[in-house]
Amino acid sequence: MTETETETETGTPGPGPGSGSGPGADTGAGAGRSGVSWRARVGRRLGSRGAAFWYFVGPFLAGLVMFTYVPVAWSAFLSFFDARNTVTPAAEDFVGFANFASMLTDANFLRSLWTFTLFAAIIVPVTFAASLGLALAVNRVRVARAFFRSVFFLPFACSYVLASLVWKMSIFTGVHYGLVNTVLGWFGVGPIAWLNGNDPPWFWLVIATLRLWIQCGFYMILFIAALQQIPEHLYEAAYVDGAKPGRQTFWHITLPGLRATSVAVLMLVLIQAYQAFDEFWNLLPNSGNVPYGRTPLVYLFHTSLGTVQDLGRGSAGALILALLIALVTLFQGKVLGFGKPEGR
Amino acid sequence: MVASGKGKGFGGSFSGPVLGRRGVFALGGLSAGAGVLSACGGNTGRGEADGDGPVLSQWYHEYGEAGTQQAALDYAAAYPDARVGVEWIPGDYDAALSSGLLAEDEAPDCFESHLNRGMVEAGQLEPLDDLVADVIDDIPESDLARNTLDGTVYGIRMIDDPQYIVYRPSMFEAAGIAGPPETFDELVDMAVELDSGEVKGIDFGEASGADRLGQHMIHSLGLSFIGADRQAGFDDARMAEGAGSVRRLSESGALLLGAPTAWWDPSSMLQGLTAMSWTGLWTMPALLEGLGDDIGIFPCPGFAGGAPTVFNGGWSAFVNANGPNVEAAKAFTKWLWVDHEEFILDWCLSYGFHIPSRLSLRAQADELTSGPAAEAVAIADEFGWAEDPDWTPAMNTAVNDMMSNIVIEGADPEEELAAAVATVNDELDGIFG
Repeated sequence: MTETETETETGTPGPGPGSGSGPGADTGAGAGRSGVSWRARVGRRLGSRGAAFWYFVGPFLAGLVMFTYVPVAWSAFLSFFDARNTVTPAAEDFVGFANFASMLTDANFLRSLWTFTLFAAIIVPVTFAASLGLALAVNRVRVARAFFRSVFFLPFACSYVLASLVWKMSIFTGVHYGLVNTVLGWFGVGPIAWLNGNDPPWFWLVIATLRLWIQCGFYMILFIAALQQIPEHLYEAAYVDGAKPGRQTFWHITLPGLRATSVAVLMLVLIQAYQAFDEFWNLLPNSGNVPYGRTPLVYLFHTSLGTVQDLGRGSAGALILALLIALVTLFQGKVLGFGKPEGR
Repeated sequence: MVASGKGKGFGGSFSGPVLGRRGVFALGGLSAGAGVLSACGGNTGRGEADGDGPVLSQWYHEYGEAGTQQAALDYAAAYPDARVGVEWIPGDYDAALSSGLLAEDEAPDCFESHLNRGMVEAGQLEPLDDLVADVIDDIPESDLARNTLDGTVYGIRMIDDPQYIVYRPSMFEAAGIAGPPETFDELVDMAVELDSGEVKGIDFGEASGADRLGQHMIHSLGLSFIGADRQAGFDDARMAEGAGSVRRLSESGALLLGAPTAWWDPSSMLQGLTAMSWTGLWTMPALLEGLGDDIGIFPCPGFAGGAPTVFNGGWSAFVNANGPNVEAAKAFTKWLWVDHEEFILDWCLSYGFHIPSRLSLRAQADELTSGPAAEAVAIADEFGWAEDPDWTPAMNTAVNDMMSNIVIEGADPEEELAAAVATVNDELDGIFG
């Protein structure tokens, strides 16, 4: 969008575009005038479109470079060294690909990769279905729409740490007076230690419900926005052609109309599942350092990036994880067609 | 780092991740400390201009016992030769420290921690031989050994925190149990006997003991983490047998699981949720206050014919070799943790109970000469073991995983032992190879 276009759009109540401080501006309506003159002034001071671009993008780019790209590059550098308790290893500590070989033959690391794959396999489809279902339901509601949207969106503002403590210390407390165990007690079911042990693995229920509670509202909002983009006339045309509201229109109009959003949602949920750390750390025994429920990040933290700074192996593990996320995301994008024009 | 190599549990204090009243205070302390640190950056802080000597930063993990933070601040304020800022670090202290030591100007000058080879080889620790030279015969042998690497002393033991099992004698009596168990298998039988549903047999923490009993087993059987040949020192078939006993306990249903508080907090005992619980000396004042005479203690019973064991947790004081004021930091550390015996006694006895790491001071500690506290000191002396500076969290995780796979998931003990030994040997080869 060019500068002139911007001014034309917002300047409608006032006089013609580009004349911000001209005589017309003096006679213009208050709000409109100030809008025009402000934008015109800023535009002039910035000089050109190129400069404006850098004004806006610069700070974010600097942050991205400093806090993402430099650490990633540094981590890649460290991954080729035997770097214990140092971020500037000496040249003789160069070990080539030994750290990668060590991580890829580490049964625990491989098991943790399997754990998060299992976690993603549970959480991605359930989040998708639940947030789409919520969006469809909330979108149909005729009264108190804003209320329902806010109610389901609110948990997104809660931190995983805080929610973990609520889940652990009140809802899913393992002793008989925990909330869920109290309810089960009414039906004569003995107290269940939700977060201890792996037989049966009840902890997945706790972790999955927590994550759904936090993130479904957010994806619901994305779906609601997308639902409102689907032109009403498509439905009307379908009804004219004899389609019945419900399953038929959902499969043939609603779902295809949501394709771009669906792909984005799936991708975001998947990446977030890979990065799981907080709730595993806070909910599982021994700060998540249990072989049956250990995510890759928890494993790396405990063995090389936390107390002990084996930064070479830790970096190698982190890069393997990053590569895996990139590959799976690219594969998913390929299969689902991310970035392609929306097929209508 | 051994047994429970994390900040909150390791040294013993019932501090935790919950940000309560103390946590808020801790944050206050943190920001106050940050102020001191920023003053410290240029090494020409206001202190020097005033003739007060240099500015030092001292780090502690967040002790849970009320009054400890104020005590630390008071000690620092009483030091005449430097201005000492105290940083009280909540949460994962070990991780905060290890990254803090890599920082250029926000690193602590003196701090509490546990000795490990990585820190020494990275040149982060200042040798402290000259600080302890005068009192070296007064320091218990195991406390000297755990702070010595290749003949150099790097740390000064501040407190010893023995870990053991506490029980309710009244519940033993009601169940017709004569006294503490001699072997781990007896302990399992007793736990089953004591389990009434509402009151469980024993609280071994949320990981069913898998996060510490492997390490105890190694010492119970007279083995070692790392042998003289710098290979895993616990490749012994009796380990598999011992792990089987822990598996039996886990399967029995007598464990208290899902308690709202962790093992280092005495609440599960105080609330009557369990008849026995793993704990440490720091909970003794709270237990005496809450349960009066109705507590007794015993060491972790022996496994597979081995001896009872007590892990002597606790903390040691260190000096950052890369700090701007190493000599001043050494002088302060000597002043506080070697010379100032009244502060050492105050730190050990006025809040939670800890054993002073000085033989002469132990005799003066009235609180530790009677009742269960005296018993704790006795079993710590007789059965105590200390961590090994060459033992890393990766090795500790290998032993914990072995136990977890056997105890929680019923994996084959011999295969798991072989896997743990292989992991530890790989790690050792990486360090010494």
